[in-house]
Amino acid sequence: MKLKTLLATTAAVSLMGLAATAQTVGFSQIGSESGWRAAETTLTKQQAEERGIDLKFSDAQQKQENQIAAIRSFIAQGVDAILLAPVVATGWDSVLEEAKEAEIPVVLLDRRVDSADDLYLTAVGSDLVHEGQVAGEWLVNEVAGEDCRVVELQGTTGSSPAIDRKTGFENAIAGHDNIEIVRSQTGDFTRSMGKEVMESFLQAENGGADICALYAHNDDMAVGAIQAIKEAGLNPGEDILIVSIDAVPDIFKAMAEGDANATVELTPNMAGPAFDALAAYWKDGTMPEKFIQTESRLYTPADDPQAEYENRKDLGY
Amino acid sequence: MNPRLYPLYATIGIFLFACLVCYIQFPFMASTRVLGNLLTDNAYLGIVAVGMTIVILSGGIDLSVGSVIAFSGVFIAVMLRDSGLPAPVIMALLLVVTTLFGAAMGGLIHALAMPPFIVTLAGMFLARGAAYMLTIDSVPIVDPFYDRLQDAYYLMPGKGRLTLIGVLMLASVAVGMIVAHRTRFGASVFALGGGVQTARLMGVRVGRTTVGIYAFSGFMAGLSGIVFSVYTGSGYPLATVGTELTAIAAVVIGGTLLTGGSGFVFGTLIGVMTMGLIQTYIVFDGSLSSWWTKIVIGGLLLLFIVLQKGLLRLTTTRLASPQAGAPV
Repeated sequence: MKLKTLLATTAAVSLMGLAATAQTVGFSQIGSESGWRAAETTLTKQQAEERGIDLKFSDAQQKQENQIAAIRSFIAQGVDAILLAPVVATGWDSVLEEAKEAEIPVVLLDRRVDSADDLYLTAVGSDLVHEGQVAGEWLVNEVAGEDCRVVELQGTTGSSPAIDRKTGFENAIAGHDNIEIVRSQTGDFTRSMGKEVMESFLQAENGGADICALYAHNDDMAVGAIQAIKEAGLNPGEDILIVSIDAVPDIFKAMAEGDANATVELTPNMAGPAFDALAAYWKDGTMPEKFIQTESRLYTPADDPQAEYENRKDLGY
Repeated sequence: MNPRLYPLYATIGIFLFACLVCYIQFPFMASTRVLGNLLTDNAYLGIVAVGMTIVILSGGIDLSVGSVIAFSGVFIAVMLRDSGLPAPVIMALLLVVTTLFGAAMGGLIHALAMPPFIVTLAGMFLARGAAYMLTIDSVPIVDPFYDRLQDAYYLMPGKGRLTLIGVLMLASVAVGMIVAHRTRFGASVFALGGGVQTARLMGVRVGRTTVGIYAFSGFMAGLSGIVFSVYTGSGYPLATVGTELTAIAAVVIGGTLLTGGSGFVFGTLIGVMTMGLIQTYIVFDGSLSSWWTKIVIGGLLLLFIVLQKGLLRLTTTRLASPQAGAPV
């Protein structure tokens, strides 16, 4: 304690130095378990830099207790806002209440919490059903009324992206009797399983001759399936149409080589809309909607896949 | 000066140094908010580390505690949801379960003359598995009693919160200090840490003490689980993975000899606070990778192990050549 009083002058000086800087935002990230999340982290840092925001980044190493501690530290630091990508949905009430009492707005990124919605400013995320729907609508337009037998590579059984992306796709093709899902199995969101399951689809469907299109719940499985189709002596992208979701760099590479036809982007740029909402809130207290849906953009070979690949490959995917 | 106290002084010295570094860089950190956060955020770790200190003082190790904390949270959440029993009853029930669980491990360690490492490793898998058996989801706790516990805090000047769980942690440390340093049981623990044979010759009832030690650790893990469930307001079977190792690190950084027989419960509190401080510093900085926490803790651990080895050598050479040493 005595040491602290001794250093009071130094403190005051550096305090002024701190206060002079721009808006400070704390970001509690889950971890870096997937390429997508690493890209989200990179983009959040980029977005903050572009806007002149001082970003305090904390990687929770997949632990909720680390995230809670980080948020409490952000509050103690008196940041102007907190971004939170919650590792689980439960258990945020008390720390969010503390943030609210300290009048620090909290924005949730890409995942939701089960707390009351007055405890956070807004949530930014993607609508998974909508993603599936965009993929389905692309196929409907692409085949233009011709008969099409579709095989589907599902995500991890029971996971919400798998359920929602399946539902969205089915909604889009409902009412188009020319399109039919003939086989659907899980590829567990992985490249190797995607390849394996595609091989069995090809064998079961007359060596692949009866398959018109593949719908994969993520790009990784599609990349695996493309490999299997090539090994079966067919031409992916022509003999079998390939549509998938996520828009990771590798699918753009495949698209540039003519092996894939379409992908729907799950944007890792959740921070952009979050910062926009925060800027409006800081300016005149504008309350954003409680859920900000990110764009699920469709990419096809017409969108210069080689350039998209170059743009994304350094984001950490 | 008693060389046995050196590690404790080193711990306190490092902690004060860390405080100073933090303060110079981030004057904000000298606030009651940060102090309150340190106590609250590390409450579960501090409590479980007190139990771990007793275990390590006896020359043992308890790897089951992280899983027991997760089990406790899930047990409480599921029981509250499904059984309709009042929360205090469920908590009491849980403490009985975890204490018995610890006692059973202690009994096995003694009866089979097995290394504690193996027995508590089995306990770790058992408790984690049991947590998964109860649920695989994260279960929210909705209960008026819990709301009261979560809102129980004293607002310190400067808006820092001295929470109930933070106070409970300090109380646990106090109890641990009394148990370890002021009771017959504590004396037996230290004796056991010095060597089972000598302890037996000194008249320590080894079996009873071993069971008592692991039962105490089990109780503390259960208490820590309750605190963790208050802290997060939910039960999650994947929670607190690896917390047993963090607790061991806190104990060693706190100046307790990993081989047993020498150490201080108070040092463990300082160890926990040091680790919390490192984490806070990294969040305040905001640009360092959070993995630096682990790197610094690893470095500190290494430092203490080397320090302990050096002290051990120092004391043995003194004993060997009494004329060179200071009078006892």
